Amino acid sequence: MRTRFQQGLDDLREKLLRMGGLAEQAVERACQAYIDRDLNRCHQVLENETLINAAERDIDETAFDLMAMQQPMAVDLRFLLAVVKINADLERVGDQAVNIAERVMDMVELPAVELPVDIPRMATAVSAMVRRALESFVEGKAELAQAVLEMDNVVDRMRDDAFIVLVKKMNTNPEATRQALDALLIARNLERVADHATNIAEDVIFWVRGDDVRHNASPEFPAQPAAGSSGS
Amino acid sequence: MGVSIQVQNLNAWFGKKQALFDITMTAQANHCTALIGPSGCGKSTFVRCINRMHETIPDAKAAGSVKIGDVDAYNGTSATQLRRRVGMVFQKPNPFPTMSVYDNVAAGLKLNGFSSNHKQMDEIVERSLKNSALWDEVKDDLKKKSGASLSGGQQQRLCIARALAVEPEVVLMDEPCSALDPISTGKIEDLIFQLKQNYTILIVTHNMQQAARVAEYTGFFLLGKLIEFDKTTKIFTTPSDKRTEDYITGRFG
Repeated sequence: MRTRFQQGLDDLREKLLRMGGLAEQAVERACQAYIDRDLNRCHQVLENETLINAAERDIDETAFDLMAMQQPMAVDLRFLLAVVKINADLERVGDQAVNIAERVMDMVELPAVELPVDIPRMATAVSAMVRRALESFVEGKAELAQAVLEMDNVVDRMRDDAFIVLVKKMNTNPEATRQALDALLIARNLERVADHATNIAEDVIFWVRGDDVRHNASPEFPAQPAAGSSGS
Repeated sequence: MGVSIQVQNLNAWFGKKQALFDITMTAQANHCTALIGPSGCGKSTFVRCINRMHETIPDAKAAGSVKIGDVDAYNGTSATQLRRRVGMVFQKPNPFPTMSVYDNVAAGLKLNGFSSNHKQMDEIVERSLKNSALWDEVKDDLKKKSGASLSGGQQQRLCIARALAVEPEVVLMDEPCSALDPISTGKIEDLIFQLKQNYTILIVTHNMQQAARVAEYTGFFLLGKLIEFDKTTKIFTTPSDKRTEDYITGRFG
């Protein structure tokens, strides 16, 4: 048993989970700030982004060291590759939370208007995806990760519906255009968070089973461009 | 050109103790196949069964089928004839210490009863040393420099040249780099890549990164059994057997 290596992997897992907690909290805070029109929460999200960025660098460095010094194989190699990719996704989740917080800060400056979109419901669905994706990582269970993939379509539909009703709102109430546009961007940010949760779930499946389930098993990348294809 | 090594139901014993159990596998022609596993798992015994060196140990015996191309190693072929087709390189470089570099390579031919004129011999020695990537380092002092005066890495390439001189179809390597530094190891690994064009290589190694670097196929041995045999990328990324995974990830062994 390579005790030091296993200890290193355990430490990395802990670090990623702490970062996952920060990213999840950032999304929830940003969404709560939307509901409450709460500038304080928005500022908390912005401040905490630096923690997430620092965690990203620390995790990358730890994973890089383990790869270089311990030369992992098989399940350990897949784990480290998954951690590096999940790390990048969590950092982007943090960025999306910041984007949401900035939209909310803009909205708070404007008169409150009734918008025909259920952002809190969408936020609940997205948060559940992030939480379950992280649970699947903690438990090392591909079935949990699979369930996250199936939730992505629901969030995509919510985003599409939000687009339709908010554009309609802009047309019928031009004075609410800016608020509607902010809400539209928030819906888009939430949908992006769901995409990152999906990526995390795919990486967990790769780690646990060794299966690459991304992009619905798209055709293989050609080794060389086909003859006659334009390179310019 | 290299030929395939086809092994079927191979069993081997040291006295009453069975060392190999029913091994069946094929090493593809002109590819490198690596054998990995913990010490005492039978991988070296397996390799020594392929060129019938196993039977040189008192009380040792082997049973089963080993084919080098179309030649049945255990039926209708003498061990000497077989070893002309199957070269072997050992863990520790073992040049003849009192012989020059030239004579070390020529010795492989002479020991195998190859008689030739000087010109032919010169050509074979040069070709073998070029094929083992040693020529440029020894060509100026070929007949004066002793084999023992070379560095460890050079000595190992000299042993490879000696094995290649008899133009085998298969080259067996039993931990060829375990006594070498990383630079010499890199040269041998590059050499293995070149040799694959003309020979079939079977390498035993404890260094899993080395197996991953040089071999297209890898077999994992444990307690005398071939647990898993597959493409190297599969073995080192997503092995099918838990025992393989536990070994290559260092959870045991």
